[in-house]
Amino acid sequence: MKIQIRYFAELKEQVGADQVLHRCEPPLTAAELYARLRERHGFRFDPATLRVAINGAFADWQSALSDGDEVSFLPPFSGG
Amino acid sequence: MFALAYEALDVQELSGKLGPGLDAGALVCFEGRVRNHHQGRAVRGLDYEAHEALALAEGEKILIEAHARFAVSAACVHRLGSLGLGEIAVWVGAAGSHREESFAACRWVIDEVKARVPIWKREYYVDGDPVWQHPQA
Repeated sequence: MKIQIRYFAELKEQVGADQVLHRCEPPLTAAELYARLRERHGFRFDPATLRVAINGAFADWQSALSDGDEVSFLPPFSGG
Repeated sequence: MFALAYEALDVQELSGKLGPGLDAGALVCFEGRVRNHHQGRAVRGLDYEAHEALALAEGEKILIEAHARFAVSAACVHRLGSLGLGEIAVWVGAAGSHREESFAACRWVIDEVKARVPIWKREYYVDGDPVWQHPQA
């Protein structure tokens, strides 16, 4: 399946792209996908400090991903 | 109304739109401005970015909750893009019948926006490289 990954702020800077198409085999949860990418890129963020959004809505880390999903990894917010 | 803006905010216009009914006896506004220092470092400017669709949805949700909790009409606009020192980064207005609930709602909205809306700040310093801010990491 194909997952569109969106990165923001420090994660975007670290990966060097704001969107990446990721090919993978189901079944896969958002948590498993993050763990895989964290290992590859060396992200400093523990998943407990991040939020994840699937298709534009906040989602649970244990959500199973489907082909065509857009997954956003959201590091700790700093608006205001 | 929750909005994201790439241009300077016109706070006169924003507060004028809030609580047009004559039942609102109080309007409390908060302006968050770009300051020239953070944790001892001299700051010369900021960038803001957002997950825009999610930020708009979550921001709107906060304003609806504010209405239910405090019986006020509230609005918030957050800037995105590059901002210079002294510019208004975020504006919150809460209009209610009396000052108590209007002050409380304004304070509550800015706190919730900072905690819940996916917006990020990148600080540019007088010395050294810019840094994305991720306060709880």
